[in-house]
Amino acid sequence: MRSPMMTDTASPMIEVDRLTRTFGQIEAVGGVSFEVRAGEVFGFLGPNGAGKTTTISMLCTLVRPTSGRAQVNGFDVVHQRSDVRRSIGLVFQQSTLDEALTAEQNMRFHAYAYGVPREVRERRLRELLGLVELWDRRKSRVRTFSGGMKRRLEIARGLLHHPSILFLDEPTLGLDPQTRRRVWEYLGDLRARERLTIFLTTHYLDEAEEADRIAVIDSGRIAALDTPARLKSDVGGDLVTIATSDGPRAADEIRDRYGFAPAVVEDTVSFHVPAGEAFLPDFVRGFSQPMQAVGVRRPTLDDVFLHLTGREIRDHARDGESR
Amino acid sequence: MTELVRGLWVVAYRDILGFLSDRFRIVASLTFPLLFLAIFGAGFSNVIGRMAGGVDIVQFMYPGIIAQAVLTTSLFSGVSIVTDREVGFLREVLVAPISRTGIVLGKAAGAAMVALVQVAVLLVVAPVVGVPLSIGTMLQLVPMVALLSLVLSGLGILIGSFARSQQGFQLFMQMLVFPMVFLAGVFFPVDSVPLWMEVLSKANPVTYGVDAIRQIFLGTAPATAGLGVTVFDHTMSLAEEVAIVGGLGVVLMSAAVWAFRRQE
Repeated sequence: MRSPMMTDTASPMIEVDRLTRTFGQIEAVGGVSFEVRAGEVFGFLGPNGAGKTTTISMLCTLVRPTSGRAQVNGFDVVHQRSDVRRSIGLVFQQSTLDEALTAEQNMRFHAYAYGVPREVRERRLRELLGLVELWDRRKSRVRTFSGGMKRRLEIARGLLHHPSILFLDEPTLGLDPQTRRRVWEYLGDLRARERLTIFLTTHYLDEAEEADRIAVIDSGRIAALDTPARLKSDVGGDLVTIATSDGPRAADEIRDRYGFAPAVVEDTVSFHVPAGEAFLPDFVRGFSQPMQAVGVRRPTLDDVFLHLTGREIRDHARDGESR
Repeated sequence: MTELVRGLWVVAYRDILGFLSDRFRIVASLTFPLLFLAIFGAGFSNVIGRMAGGVDIVQFMYPGIIAQAVLTTSLFSGVSIVTDREVGFLREVLVAPISRTGIVLGKAAGAAMVALVQVAVLLVVAPVVGVPLSIGTMLQLVPMVALLSLVLSGLGILIGSFARSQQGFQLFMQMLVFPMVFLAGVFFPVDSVPLWMEVLSKANPVTYGVDAIRQIFLGTAPATAGLGVTVFDHTMSLAEEVAIVGGLGVVLMSAAVWAFRRQE
């Protein structure tokens, strides 16, 4: 989902300046600053408990910042809450639908609450429910929907009042990979039609790849902010992994001959090279020690996270995500 | 201002829609008061028979049962805040461009509408139990029921804003509803019960709501003949009771708005 509109620097859609939020003794968000440009898909990537949901809740006016400032669509999130609310659509990680009502009734409630004029409402309702393929099920109660259908309905509902920014908090959490792909297809369609800015939080690395730019967030702070491609190239290029019978000795040879800094885990040695495929043939021919296996792969965002924080994104789930 | 009005009507609309699409709730909320009336009426009528002011026990209890239905419906309206929080729908409401005060008033208005529907159905049995119905009665009854319902739903919302689980809310409410109903003169005149009960009943503001509804149905004659509420030798008039209920409403509704707004 790379966007051609990324160069639009007129005025940022979201402007965040040293935003902080503490819950008692715990600092959930510790002074983050960033900008989101109009029309881009901006991702917050980090493990559970990193402060993603708290940040999104402050931007959506649901949680008051302890200090710092944030503007959404030019409106202050503390002093111009109603204008902020009108500018944003929201899809939370947990469903916020009334399951006792039908799909259509949920949509109508939203339209009334946001004061969408009647002519717009009926046309928009039809268009959006059609797009997420729920038009035929509009008279069914939400209770009877699958997880994927509910998420689609929430996305449609979040867009009903023509928001400029769509916030997606872990939008595909708990969905199977196929449904996840479908949700992103819908989002791609919607984005093309509506000139939407999307703000997304996720701890799925492949989902973060959908973003134009990513802020890597860890323990309430932004560790890095760039395009996925550049974040990955900062890791130091492709990752070459070799399996040998004597890891430390192989590592010494790599260090002495090529000047790389290899990491050794038992008898597996790995190191980063700028262009892996071109490097490999010469390396295999010239290496003096026996190897059982050689592999090369592009760095993933998992490597980015490991590189930036020294930890794997998956190994440190903590509580507090839903705050 | 528009955000207050929009919040009020959209929340009320959804609560009424929720009530209408829940058949089980409709049936239960209508049969429960009738069951009460049938059982208590039949149980007491041979023992007590005719009371002061030419009223029999069923006629005496009928307005009380109506008040009790209003009370239960209104107090439990606060549960929707708790369930909405549990299922997540509350977030959809809180993030909409509507005022929090409007949301609280909308919840109360929704409860009042549901209570009025219930009362309308209960009115059908009035001729059966020998309670006269006139246009005048209806004209007074509608605003009185609405007022009582708004006041008590204020209390329900106040508690709902603090409760963190449905079970907690239900338990707390049971604890509150039973004394409130049994010490409100629904089943017996508060002037002719043991002193401790009389004191508690007269301290219970619901008593005045019940008696107001009773005076609307039966007129002032039974009240002055000992079936009303006498405080310091003064028999409460309908207007005085409306003032008490209204005053309580201002207090409870303000507290409910405060409690609801303070949550994040």
